[in-house]
Amino acid sequence: MSRFDSFKKGVMGGIPIALGYLAVSFSLGLQARQAGMDVWAAVVMSLTNLTSAGEFAALTIIASGAGYLELALSQVVINLRYMLMSFALSQKVAPETGILHRMGIAFGVTDEIFGISIAQEGKLSPFFSYGAMAVAVPGWTIGTGLGVIFGNILPAVVVDALNLALYSMFIAIFLPPAKKDRAVAVSVITAMLLSTLFTYAPYLREISPGMRTIILTVAISFAAAVFFPIADPEDASDERKSTGGAS
Amino acid sequence: MSHIIYMYILVMAVVTYLIRMLPLTLLRKEIRNRTLKSFLYYVPYVTLAVMTFPAILTSGELFLPGLAGFITALILSWKGKSLIVVAAVSCLVVYLTESLLMFTGILI
Repeated sequence: MSRFDSFKKGVMGGIPIALGYLAVSFSLGLQARQAGMDVWAAVVMSLTNLTSAGEFAALTIIASGAGYLELALSQVVINLRYMLMSFALSQKVAPETGILHRMGIAFGVTDEIFGISIAQEGKLSPFFSYGAMAVAVPGWTIGTGLGVIFGNILPAVVVDALNLALYSMFIAIFLPPAKKDRAVAVSVITAMLLSTLFTYAPYLREISPGMRTIILTVAISFAAAVFFPIADPEDASDERKSTGGAS
Repeated sequence: MSHIIYMYILVMAVVTYLIRMLPLTLLRKEIRNRTLKSFLYYVPYVTLAVMTFPAILTSGELFLPGLAGFITALILSWKGKSLIVVAAVSCLVVYLTESLLMFTGILI
């Protein structure tokens, strides 16, 4: 397949992703505005980060005025799954793929773009990734900007409703796998209970939201890995592919 | 203030990019360690659950609409509806619940 054909295929795969991103990032833009960001800062953030869960967590950390180290640590933990995907993609690209193309593919490693990339037959062309990014990245970035701008104009009732969008999408990501896999179900229920405890209990509530996310994610995921190790490593990566997730 | 915001953005962008870039460029072998693979498998679901609850209940100004939206999202996700459908219907439920409360003057 020519480079242009690969690129075109990436664009076609990227269009539905871009539409989904537009909606999610609009909600993220509302949150960015509440965290005190102007439209340009929010647009630069989305353009350079391209991660809903990571950016969302970052906004709570930035709003609380925490330090750079806490922010960096939160991104490592929350975006750790990209490392797993990037490992998988390193097996999917042709071995002779140059380092610059590898670096280019890496920029667009999100749950959704990873999903369509790994589903390609044969080796992954960097131009497929570029095609998908060419539509998905603008969708993500423009949606964030629109969220910041229209957050000023929309009535409070509408903002309240849209604020819930990102959370409900997170539920749509973790509930279906929890339904299929009891270990995931136990993990997410534990996560929600402990998160509630850490939010309201005396002393524990003094821990900042970003640090709370880091501590609970590492502790619960590690406990789950020890008590319910995945049966076959191959199954787990297949599972991740099919369930998709936040960008 | 604004230069601090851009410093924050730079930090998160660099960290996030390195996570994506290093395995693709440096390592060609698969992870073999079972515990590490299992840990990485659980991380996304656990982190999303931690961030979602209980924050979803206080995402708006009122508690009841948040609760209604949360339950709606649970039911639709359980039924396997797509991300967009879950988000759109949950938002609509929050909007309608909150409008109704305002209209009837229960919580003004």
